[in-house]
Amino acid sequence: MTSHGQVAILCTDLRKQFVLRHTRSLKEALVWLVKGRKGDLSKKFLALKDVSLEVKQGETVALLGLNGSGKSTLLKLISGVLQPDGGTVLTRGRVAGLIEVGAGFHHDLSGRDNVYLNGAILGMTEQQIDEKFDAIVEFSEIGEFIDTEVKFYSSGMYLRLAFSIAVHTDPEVFLIDEILAVGDEPFQRKCIAKIKELADKGKTLFVVSHDLDLVATVCERGVLLEHGEVVMDGDVDAVVSELRRRSLSET
Amino acid sequence: MAGQTDQLIKPGSGRGLLDVYADRFLLKLLVRKEIKVRYRGSVLGLLWSYVKPLVQFLIYFVALGVFLDLQRGTPNYAIYLFAGIVLVNFFTESLSNATRSIVDNRDLIRKIYLPRELFPVATVWVSAAHFFPQLLVLIGACLVVGWTPSIVQLAAVVLIFLMVAVLATGLGLLFGAMNVYFRDSENIVDMIVMVVTWASPVLYVWSMVERAMGPWFWIYQLNPMTVAVEVFHWAFWEPTLKAEQSVADAMPPELLTVWLPVSALITLAVLFLGQLTFRRLAVHFAQEL
Repeated sequence: MTSHGQVAILCTDLRKQFVLRHTRSLKEALVWLVKGRKGDLSKKFLALKDVSLEVKQGETVALLGLNGSGKSTLLKLISGVLQPDGGTVLTRGRVAGLIEVGAGFHHDLSGRDNVYLNGAILGMTEQQIDEKFDAIVEFSEIGEFIDTEVKFYSSGMYLRLAFSIAVHTDPEVFLIDEILAVGDEPFQRKCIAKIKELADKGKTLFVVSHDLDLVATVCERGVLLEHGEVVMDGDVDAVVSELRRRSLSET
Repeated sequence: MAGQTDQLIKPGSGRGLLDVYADRFLLKLLVRKEIKVRYRGSVLGLLWSYVKPLVQFLIYFVALGVFLDLQRGTPNYAIYLFAGIVLVNFFTESLSNATRSIVDNRDLIRKIYLPRELFPVATVWVSAAHFFPQLLVLIGACLVVGWTPSIVQLAAVVLIFLMVAVLATGLGLLFGAMNVYFRDSENIVDMIVMVVTWASPVLYVWSMVERAMGPWFWIYQLNPMTVAVEVFHWAFWEPTLKAEQSVADAMPPELLTVWLPVSALITLAVLFLGQLTFRRLAVHFAQEL
């Protein structure tokens, strides 16, 4: 895993600003326009300030930082859900997120329908899902309940199925946001083993998690974000201990 | 989108409706989901999409056809009425669901990048799935009273279906995107839906409008839905009339030669405008929802 390939993710001077909008009706906006755009309709908040980052193919990167440091925003910019206000993001190959597993689930559909729907949402083709369907069901340990409507699943079953679909989407770049806390301990171990297996296969991993010990075992490189800026980038163990030092000094 | 592993690309920059075409499989699944979920837990299920237009038809038929006696001047008034209702329902259902589609799917849009045009387009397909059974009822009723359409008239039905679908998609993209920023959009659409049934000759005959509007009749004809309903009448209702029943001015003048092409152009312009607005606004959907 020493020889990394081409650039997989390239962020240059990324800036993202959120508008905390006050108004949501046409009337208020019109009044504001008529009054000659006086005053500001909204408050602004800078979530990312000129973040530059380069991730090579096959690298496993942990994105660390306290709450509100801009981790999830950066992940959403890379996945394309959000667009930057400044700078550019470029990615190579298919990017898929294990972001909030189960976002595409529908409660009134059976597990089987949801596998197809969610798989397609995550960018799989019909053949890919057909091929991997059995593997997905097996990994999720759902078994015979696959034809039951998802609303009757226990929360563990639900998460297991969602995670199982996500890890079988097989993209080049994996974005993982706080989902390693899935299910009971045996299943969690299985998930981590699966993620490590992906890393060994040369997939690029980009992980956001507050579970620092876990992250340190999965990833090689760490990037520390603070108030929307990269403050440290290097070996994951060094970055983890730096984060621990900083969070201690803050309290 | 496939096979570009060797290139750096900008995430989240789509090609609009072209991406929807590339993602047909997902579109199919979304449409199927919507149809399955729409009548979940109801006994009659999909039958509701027959019952509702039927009740609507009966109300109009009794109130306008019988009480106001519109059926006297219009032979086969039931066919005339139902042909219009079926088409207008397709349009209004598509448009109001497409307008809500982006906000309704906010959970997905906030978390995963997809071509967002998928959602309004899917709702139009779902409406089409409800439209076809009604169309079959209409055809059945026409055949009972002796429907003898020409090939051109049948082709016109297909063309009008496409035109209304495109019009609903275009307006749905426009209002659906605006709805993310201003929820007023839903109310504007509710109003359009209310007006459309009456602004097209569904319940009455076009010549009544011409009498009232005189030289300004062309404004009425600029509405693509008006033309669509008139062409539907020409294809379904007019061929059911017997020789002694035929109405002298069944169709407005120059319906097929002038107004149909004009409507088609307006429809395409609406689609273009809708897509343009949608693309502009879609950039910030995830953070505004």
